[in-house]
Amino acid sequence: MSDLIKLTAADLAGKIAAGDVSAEEVTRAHLDRIAEVDGRVHAFLHVDDSGAVEAARAVDAKRAAGEKLGPLAGVPIAIKDVIATKGIPTTAASKILEGWRPPYDATVMTRIRDAGMVMLGKTNMDEFAMGSSTEYSAYGPTYNPWDLTRIPGGSGGGSAAAVAGYEAPLAIGTDTGGSIRQPGAVTGTVGAKPTYGGTSRYGLIAFSSSLDTPGPVARTVLDTALLHQVIAGHDPRDSTSIPLPVPDVVAAARQGASGDLTGVRVGLVKEFSGEGAEPGVMAVFRDTVEALTKLGAEVVEISCPHFQYALPAYYLIAPSECSSNLARFDSVRFGLRVGDDGRNSLEDVMSLTREAGFGDEVKRRIIIGTYALSSGYYDAYYGQAQKVRTLITRDFTSAFEQVDVLVSPTTPFTAFELGARTADPYQMYLADLYTIPTNLYGGPAISVPAGLSEGLPVGLQIMAPTMADDRMYRIAAAVESTVGTFAPPAL
Amino acid sequence: MAAISREEVAHLARLSRLAVTEQELDRFAGQLDVILQSVARVGEVAADDIPPTSHSVPLVNVLREDVIVPGLTRDEALSGAPDSAEDRFRVPQILADEE
Repeated sequence: MSDLIKLTAADLAGKIAAGDVSAEEVTRAHLDRIAEVDGRVHAFLHVDDSGAVEAARAVDAKRAAGEKLGPLAGVPIAIKDVIATKGIPTTAASKILEGWRPPYDATVMTRIRDAGMVMLGKTNMDEFAMGSSTEYSAYGPTYNPWDLTRIPGGSGGGSAAAVAGYEAPLAIGTDTGGSIRQPGAVTGTVGAKPTYGGTSRYGLIAFSSSLDTPGPVARTVLDTALLHQVIAGHDPRDSTSIPLPVPDVVAAARQGASGDLTGVRVGLVKEFSGEGAEPGVMAVFRDTVEALTKLGAEVVEISCPHFQYALPAYYLIAPSECSSNLARFDSVRFGLRVGDDGRNSLEDVMSLTREAGFGDEVKRRIIIGTYALSSGYYDAYYGQAQKVRTLITRDFTSAFEQVDVLVSPTTPFTAFELGARTADPYQMYLADLYTIPTNLYGGPAISVPAGLSEGLPVGLQIMAPTMADDRMYRIAAAVESTVGTFAPPAL
Repeated sequence: MAAISREEVAHLARLSRLAVTEQELDRFAGQLDVILQSVARVGEVAADDIPPTSHSVPLVNVLREDVIVPGLTRDEALSGAPDSAEDRFRVPQILADEE
């Protein structure tokens, strides 16, 4: 095993720029690691060996020619399989898209390529990003590098496991209700959900368009910020992209690393500080809050009375949007077609294709969404959920008049064993209890490793106001400077 | 009382173009009932005079610059189709023979 795989992205980029190591060596070290451990972790759905080496060689050639390299040039990265990658299989972990090779790149992917970063492959996830354990992948689950009998979180379990298991220093995830942050928490990695509209959704296979947000995954806060800076910023191809400058998250991460939080006001979400979480998670959370106080932060309790309705509101809004978005999988323009025998009608072929191509959780959500949007139930379900969304947003804006950031545990429980929550879908939904309010509001939030409970990682969630992504990076870096980083046992 | 019946699930599946099996209906009916009973809690919130939020970004009528930019070629657009003919997407028959 090469020592290169243990380095941070920032260190790797520095060594490549200085000529201490070639981008090709770095890429090959990670491809070797994937070959060695991914049979057990199953973080990847597709590994692009030749494409990765080719991209790395291009960076080495640029450097040899004396061209200036970007801050992450030559650094390998894993991409969640919900992001369109030109010519590279993209399935969203669904059978309905098996074998699909997109004819274009997502904006996030274009920016990664333009930065000279090296894509290693596509990571496993819950089908169409619906789930909290990666067990709903149509291609088999991913296993948590901390304990291979446990889940790596979801939906972005593959990205988090790849980074935690040293298969990649960086990864891209997407966060609709916690799919970057919850996997980060249970794998001891850092995961950030940028402000909605801060990163482009163009080329992201849509699940819930008013919530979906691509974001960075890494092992350190600085690496997370460096990747955030590469992918963020206005994109004319996404009509909900915010036309404002990207907050300087890298400077904020460097500032926070000094460990001084004097003058920073931190709000403890009262409703998320007690019941519902495992005692071990709450113990780590309380210790971390105390650490923040020691760093100079002023900590106060803040009540957000409508947060308790975020989970039910989300599980109406997201399925409603998904039932509409997934209508595009109609067996006509891409993906699977089943039953086209010359006798079945178009409608029959659509129904047979969708039945064969979608997994149970996707079907459940399409049906729930169709129900919530139907004329007789619209006001009571979808309409009411949208009003609750307004009240949750008001809770946030009122909280941010009193404090700079809000904190909570990222998820109520540490990594659970595979199969523990699949029989009762609602038990799975509870994994997102603390992460969902931010998605409904649209602000940024980050999960940073805070400690261990019975040998398993626990994350601290830091939530900030819209377009104040830099704030959460400052606090996260300060937490990291005092609690350190956490490495899983050798695989 | 159940929030949703097996028959309603079957009807919704038809509307959603999902040819679900009898076994799936048995499984989904109970699961969806648990989910709907749980999410129905949004009804506890007094929100009659609260405006709905559909989206967190208050941007409307976003238009791009009126300039020509490269798009997908016809072959690229057809590259992922399960079936195509004469540079078009080919679909199963829409009208029955007698129509």
